[in-house]
Amino acid sequence: MTDETMTDPTMTDQAARSEFHPRWYRERVSTWWWLGEWHYLKFILRELTSISVAWFVVLTLFQLRALLRGPEHYARFASRLESPFMIALNAIAFCFVMFHTITWFNLAPRAMPVRMGGKRIPEFLVAAPNYGLWIAVSAFVGWLILRTP
Amino acid sequence: MAEKIVLEIARYAPDRDEVPSFQKFEVPLRKEWVVLDALNYIKDKVDGTLTYRWSCRMGICGSCGMMVNGEPKLTCATFLSSYGNNAAVRVEPLRYFPVVRDLVTALSDFLVKLQKVKPWLIRKDQPPLSEGEFLQTPEQLDLYKQFSMCINCTLCYAACPVVGLDQEFVGPAALALAQRYNLDNRDQGSAERLATLAHPDGIWGCTFVGECTRVCPKHVDPAGAIQQYKLTAALDWVKSFILPRGHNPHQAGRP
Repeated sequence: MTDETMTDPTMTDQAARSEFHPRWYRERVSTWWWLGEWHYLKFILRELTSISVAWFVVLTLFQLRALLRGPEHYARFASRLESPFMIALNAIAFCFVMFHTITWFNLAPRAMPVRMGGKRIPEFLVAAPNYGLWIAVSAFVGWLILRTP
Repeated sequence: MAEKIVLEIARYAPDRDEVPSFQKFEVPLRKEWVVLDALNYIKDKVDGTLTYRWSCRMGICGSCGMMVNGEPKLTCATFLSSYGNNAAVRVEPLRYFPVVRDLVTALSDFLVKLQKVKPWLIRKDQPPLSEGEFLQTPEQLDLYKQFSMCINCTLCYAACPVVGLDQEFVGPAALALAQRYNLDNRDQGSAERLATLAHPDGIWGCTFVGECTRVCPKHVDPAGAIQQYKLTAALDWVKSFILPRGHNPHQAGRP
C-alpha cells in the first residue's frame, strides 16, 4: 500500500481507504441541513432561544439601572416598554423563553438519572420538581407584582 | 395481481460513477416483508450487482442500517407495509459516512474512534484467578446495562449532525460505550479514558440534539450517556479546584 492511498484528510488517524477501495463518495453537509427535518429545526430553535434569554437579562439590567436612578428614569423606562414594537418584541421573546424552559426541563431527566433504592426513578419525577418550582416562583412573583398595596 | 411498491435505491460504483444516482425497482408489497427482504428479492431476482451489508435479519448484528425515506433504520426491522401509502421508498446508505459502493458505507473511521475510547475492562491490579470472578450485584449491573446494549449499527452517527459537520467528533455510540465501561464497577480505566472523553472532540462536541437516542434501535440513549458524563466531568473539574490534593481522578466518570 502506498502512502498516497493511506492519506485522506477526511479520515481521522490511521483510518483510511484500502487498496481494495481506492475511491469512495462522501457528501458534503449543506449549510441548510437543519431546515430539512423538523427534529433538526427544533434543535436549532432551542439553541436560538438563548438569544431571548440574553435579551431578558439585558432588559432586567436596564430596568435595575433605571430603578436606581430614581422614579423619573423608571417612568421613562416603563413608557419605552409600552411602544407597540417593544410589546411585539417581548411577546416573541417570551414565547421563545417558554420553549427554552419547557424543552430544557424535559431534557433534564436524561442528564440526571436519579436513583432511589438502587432503581432509576421515572423520568417525569425528575422533570416534575423543576416544573413545580417554576410555577411556585412564577406565582410568588405574580403575587408580588399584582397585590394591591 | 399482488400489490407492488417502488423502491428508489441509491447506486454508486466507485470505478464508474462520480456521484451516486437512484435506480427504481418494483417489488411485491408483502405484509410480512421488511425493507431488507425487498433488497434480497432485488439481489436474487432482478439485479445481482446490488451491494449492501446484512447478516442476522433480527436486529442483533447491526449491519443492515440504511437511510429509509431519510431516516436511519435497521432495514431488517422496518416493514415495507408501513410505507404502503408512499409513492416510493427511498433507500440510501447511512448519512455522513463515506460510501464504498451502493448501500455500503466505510466504517474504518468509526472503528478508530471506537478504539480510542478503550471500550473494554481496564484493571490496574490483576487479582489471581484463584480469587475467582469479579462479582457484581444487580444494582451495579443496572448502572451500565442500558449502554451495553449497543450493537454498533452506527444509526446514531447517521442521525447526528455534529458527526456530519465535525469529522473529528468521537460520536454517540463510542461515547456511550465509554460511559458503559466507566460505570462498570469492575473497571478501573476511567482516568485513562478521561483525556479522550473530556475533550472538545469528545463529550464537549455534543450539542444535545438528541437524535441519536431517538433513532437507536436498542434504546441505548447515547445522548443521555453523554450528558451524564458531562455532568460528572464538570463536577470532577470543580473538585480538582477545591481539593487539588485529595482529588482522585481515577474515580472520574463514576457517580
